[in-house]
Amino acid sequence: MVSNYVYILVAFGVIYAIRVLPLTLIRRPLRSRFLRSFLYYVPYVTLAVMTFPAIVEATAVPAAGALALAAGIAAALLGGSLLTVAGTCCAVVFLAELILVR
Amino acid sequence: MKRKAGAGSAFAEGVRDGIPIALGYFAVAFSLGIAARDAGLTPLQGFIASVLCTASAGEHALFTLIGAGAACWEVALVTLITNARYFLMSCALSQRISPEMADGHRFLVGAAVTDEIFGISIARPGPLEPRYHYGAMAVAVPAWALGTALGILMGTVLPARLVSALGVALYGMFLAIIVPPAKKELSVALCVGAGFLCSWVAGALPALRTLSAGTRTILLTVGLSALAALVFPRKEEGDGQ
Repeated sequence: MVSNYVYILVAFGVIYAIRVLPLTLIRRPLRSRFLRSFLYYVPYVTLAVMTFPAIVEATAVPAAGALALAAGIAAALLGGSLLTVAGTCCAVVFLAELILVR
Repeated sequence: MKRKAGAGSAFAEGVRDGIPIALGYFAVAFSLGIAARDAGLTPLQGFIASVLCTASAGEHALFTLIGAGAACWEVALVTLITNARYFLMSCALSQRISPEMADGHRFLVGAAVTDEIFGISIARPGPLEPRYHYGAMAVAVPAWALGTALGILMGTVLPARLVSALGVALYGMFLAIIVPPAKKELSVALCVGAGFLCSWVAGALPALRTLSAGTRTILLTVGLSALAALVFPRKEEGDGQ
């Protein structure tokens, strides 16, 4: 029987290595134009992939998530801050589910 | 203790932007805690796991394996797979580190490269500001760990409506990060649109649906970012802002 703490430490060791190795080993700007372009696009693609369709699946009814997505995009286009956009999404889901979920 | 001018305000900005992250984290961690309780973890163990790992899918996999009495090597392998996207994120962050930044920061910043904290850190113009990162960590990580511990302790006590509403906070933040640059640059807009579309298709296709969400995220990120880099290569030095 392995202690839960051992499992936790193993997971921590692996995940910390994944996060810290690139930060400590890549010590200068990459020369390759392709690699620099690639890494420039990584955040946008990865966050987009994680947002949709997950936002629609995170709510009690998909329609609430879809409304939150539309409202969030609109708020961000209008220049809303992180807190404003996130708060808008939460409020839209809360209101939509008040009406849609009994 | 003397601080450099602006250091305190960067930390405060991090705290401010960390608040929506903390709210979302609390709700998500609460449901993660319920999974941890099922696996037999104590609130303290859940708290420690969340402080150290700060990863939703990764911790969920960890708790499931603990519940199943898995071997340590299995935990290591699954952790590697479910969290591999952080490797890409850290590579992207490494390109924004100023040569003047003290080395120790690399080890501390690396402790909390989460989807959300990475997102706001990279969205901030200019070189990576570690104190901004720490400010966000200071509110988000305790909320994450506390949420996990309370989830283990209390189970399903938060009203479902509240969990549902708070759960989208994280996605709202992602939108706040990706939409404004997409408005300015066509290449970014296409990346975001393609990301939405491909993620939806990949989740529906029988062949790809069996892969874990983390693996799909990596495959799509590598594929689409590489495509974007080929079609829309960035200009030389001084770009990216």
